[in-house]
Parts: sequence; C-alpha cells; structure tokens
Amino acid sequence: MSVQIEDAVQNSAPRIGKGGAPPPGRRRGTGRAAGKAPYLLLIPALAATAVFLGWPMVRNLILSFQNLNMKQLIQHLTEWRGFGNYSDILGGEQFWRVTVRTIVFTGVNVVLIMTLGVLIGLLLARLGKKMRLVLSVALVLTWAMPVIAATTVFQWLFDARYGVVNWVLDKLGWHSMAHYDWVGSQLSTFFVITVLIVWQSLPFVALNLYAATTTIPKELYEAARMDGAGTWKVFTSVTFPFLKPFFLATTFLEIIWVFKAFPQIFAINEGGPDRLTETLPIYAFTEGVGNLHFGMGAAISLLTIVVLLGMTAYYLRLTLKQEEDEA
Amino acid sequence: MKRSLLGRIWPNAAALVLALGFVFPVYWMFTTAFKPNGDIITEDPVWFPLNGTFEHFSTAVNAPNFWSLVGNSVTVTVLAVGLSLLIALCGSFAVARMRFKGRKGIILTFMVAQMAPWEVLVISIYMIVRDADMLNSLVPLTFFYMLMVLPFTLLTLRGYVAAVPKELEESAMVDGCTRTQAFVKIIFPLLAPGLMATSLFGFITAWNEFPLVLVLNKEPDKGTLPLWLSQFQSQFGDDWGATMAAASIFALPILVLFLFLQRKAVGGLTAGAVKG
Repeated sequence: MSVQIEDAVQNSAPRIGKGGAPPPGRRRGTGRAAGKAPYLLLIPALAATAVFLGWPMVRNLILSFQNLNMKQLIQHLTEWRGFGNYSDILGGEQFWRVTVRTIVFTGVNVVLIMTLGVLIGLLLARLGKKMRLVLSVALVLTWAMPVIAATTVFQWLFDARYGVVNWVLDKLGWHSMAHYDWVGSQLSTFFVITVLIVWQSLPFVALNLYAATTTIPKELYEAARMDGAGTWKVFTSVTFPFLKPFFLATTFLEIIWVFKAFPQIFAINEGGPDRLTETLPIYAFTEGVGNLHFGMGAAISLLTIVVLLGMTAYYLRLTLKQEEDEA
Repeated sequence: MKRSLLGRIWPNAAALVLALGFVFPVYWMFTTAFKPNGDIITEDPVWFPLNGTFEHFSTAVNAPNFWSLVGNSVTVTVLAVGLSLLIALCGSFAVARMRFKGRKGIILTFMVAQMAPWEVLVISIYMIVRDADMLNSLVPLTFFYMLMVLPFTLLTLRGYVAAVPKELEESAMVDGCTRTQAFVKIIFPLLAPGLMATSLFGFITAWNEFPLVLVLNKEPDKGTLPLWLSQFQSQFGDDWGATMAAASIFALPILVLFLFLQRKAVGGLTAGAVKG
C-alpha cells in the first residue's frame, strides 16, 4: 500500500500527454479500422477494471442494503434491510466520531508530510554532492521498507520494556518514560502511528521535490536573487509557482494514502486501545470482517468512499478541467 | 554566491542527523536480527551486533510454511506486475497516442480506479471469491493485485509513451514499418526506463498487500509473506530477534531492488509532475 502511495505522481504524469498528442488534423488513419484500434487496445484494461473493481463496488453497494451476519452467511439467506444499515450508522455516534478522527488524523499527517518533505527536498538541493548522496540513500532505504516490515520494526523500537525509544527518553532525563506503554492510550498510539507514517512518506515527497527543483530554470532563481529576494521569497515567488502541479498531485496522493492507511494502524494495535484509534477503513474492516456484520461493514465502506471523494473532490475537479482544456 | 562558514555547516549537519534518523529503524531491524538474545533483552541497548549470530534467521526460515509462502509471494507479485505491465502498455499507447471518442472519460476512470479503497472493499471481494469457491487460491489474489497496480501503471506509462517523439514513430512508418512494428522496434526500447520505474512500484504494492490476503487466504500455507510476518510476530511474541530476522528477510528483496532502480524511479515520476 505504501506504494499505492507512491502511486505517485502518476496523476500528473499524464499531463505530459499533451505534448505528445497530435493536433486532430494530423492524425493518421481516419478509416474505420484505425478508429477501432484505441478501443481494442483499451479493452483488456477496461475489462479488468470492470471485473475486479467494478464488480466488488456493485457487490458492496448491494451488500450495504442487506442484513448479512454470520447466520445469513452460513445459511445463504438474503435478507434486505433497505436503508436500515445506513440509518443505523448515520444515526449512531460512533460513525461521526470515527469520521472526525479520520479527517483530523489525515490532516495532521498530510500537513506534517508536506511541510517536512518540502524542507528536506530543499535541503537536498542545497547540499554538496557527497552529503546529498548520503541523505538520498537513507531516504531511498526508508522508502523501500515494506509497510508490514516497518510496522514490525516500529513496534520493537517502541517496545515498553526493551524498546530503544524509551531507553533514550529515560537517558535524556525523562525517567517516567522508562517503561512507558505506547499503545496504552489513544494519543500515544496515534503518536507512534504518525511517526511511522510520516517517516515512511517523507522520502517520496523529499526526493521527488528535489528532482523537480532541478527542472526549474536557473535564470529564474538568479533574477529573483537580483531583485533581492530572500530564501522565503524565492520559495514563494519561484519554486512554489513553478512546482504547483507537483504540490497539488503530491498532496492529493498523500491524502489518499494516509486516509487509507491500514496495515500501520491495524498491526500496531488493531485500532485499540478500546477502538480509540480506529479510522474509517479500520472501522469498516472491524465491523464487517472482525465482528461479522457484513452488511453494516459494506455500508460503512461505502460511506468511507464518499468521505474520501469529498476530501479529494477539489483535485479531481481540477484534473478533469485540465483534461477538458487539452481535449 | 558566498556563504558564511556557518551557512555551509548547518545544511550538512542537518543532513547527517536526518540521514541517521531515517536509516536508524532499518539499521535496528538488521542488527537486532543478528544479535544473540542476551544482547536484545537488556536494560541498555547494544548498538553493534558484535556477537553476531544467524540463529534468528534459521528460526525464521524454519518456521512452518515459510518456503511455500515465499513461493506464493514471488508468484503472485511477478504475475500481477507482468500482467498489468502488458495490459497497461496497450492501454497507455491508445490514450497517449490516439484521439478517440470517450478518451477523457476513460482517463478519468483510471484516475478514480487508482483511488480505489481496496481496504474497505474486502468484504464484497470476500463474498465474490467465496461464491466462486476460490478462497485460499492464488488466482484471485493475482488478479486483484494486478488491478491494484494497473491504473497507476497505465497512467504513468502514458507519460512515458507521450514523451517519445511522435516523429520517430512516423519516420519508421514512412520507412515501411507497420504501426505495430514501429512500436516494437522504436518505442518499446525507449520505454524501458519507464517500464522499470513503474514495475518497481508495482512490485512494492503487490509484495506488501495485506488486508486482502488476510481475508481471502486463511489456510496457513496459502497466504503470502506479509501475512506470514504478521502471524510470525504474534506467534513468536516477544522473540524480537526472530521477528526482526523475519522482517529483514521480507524487506531485503525490495530494498535491493530499490537501491538498484531508484535513480530511474525518482526521475521518471517527476518528469510527469512538473511539466504541467
């Protein structure tokens, strides 16, 4: 999933498309055979999407209107509930609490990731060759760490008794942290999850930001410096405007990625203690798969999709508009 | 521009501290895996594995089903990434090179598909796979993983295809190549870096996938390595040496692959991001 993340800037990659697109007048083969070619080429991709994504989505929608628990599952019963699952969820407190928690959690993480990631990217640009290589290799190793492995390592780092984090805090004079149980309370569990997620996400933002800054024409910087611009002013007047598509695409991806973060939260403490660190994906999973309320879980997952779409609507509209301009 | 001594020192100092901070968890994973238990369960951490041992690795490797799960993971990952590259290459060529009705809608479809919340679709996927009587099989996993990486692969490759000058292809066709020949001979070699970069991300996604395999493949020898690692950890509880050895074995292939291919990966992705 981390990758999914890294699902990277692909969103924007398409944009180079416009360079390669021939003007309509120049296109080859106006005959019928050529007219079919693009559709033939796209059939496998579209068919796969319809079967392996479309079908589960439809199935999920149908499930969300059913009363499906262990009993119905075993006996292959189909009981319809209409909007019952939805009214139960929307009428209860838990869903809203988890939604607010998910939005705050995503917001905090994305702000941290973008701010620190950009700072580290700019630092990379300022470094000499050798030091840049050292930092890059460290970032790449972090980036490549598989999520589940990283989560396991963080559990070891934050282990109450023999974890190195508690040892360091103790030595720094914070003796009450000597055997601190990080997964014992909501905030401290979230703290560990946030450190883990931010640590994992920074390399992507930093390395790509650095690579992106190398494409900015040097003259722009020189001109800005001549006008007497300071570091901050150079960033806001040259770097940021030039890399705006990058910032938009990366922020969008990080929102999706943090919002959907599953193995990190699940493996650290399964959404505990007392379900206090459940975010929407974990909530849907726990209700549906864990507690065997499949219909309810399906309804929650549909609402989760709606919340995610709401959080990313701005970017989607922007990209759509851009595609329109190009077409 | 001249910078003061301090101005030259602080970025380097900051970089060094950051590099250590980033690498430490990876370092700690590997070194813990080599330490004898006495050096792991101590009140004061042992920073270097001076009394190195392979004992934890043999515990991990000899854990039940390890090798069959390695086989499963490799099979599923390679097949999923290979299939998605093939399908995405066709699709990206159509989207980048041809104008046709519905193109915009198709691109949007893949963008939305890329946001697919697989984590919350596990319930319906479970139902579908169960009804098809294919639980504990690698086939559904392979196909779902293929689709998890497909939209990303297609959209990224689209950028690479578009970046190949159209004239190259046209001149090949003037020289008597068919469109297909022009593609195989001229474009495909130029796409190699793009294919490597995108497959790298595909590999990580498929290698890492957790929620789906957790629900679909419950039989002990039918899962993949992420599942093995999570179960290994609960099974071995506080045996951090063995757990870290297991995590190391799981992480190593990707770490190596990444170090080899990172230059291409980083540059490739940004090429698309900036040329707005």
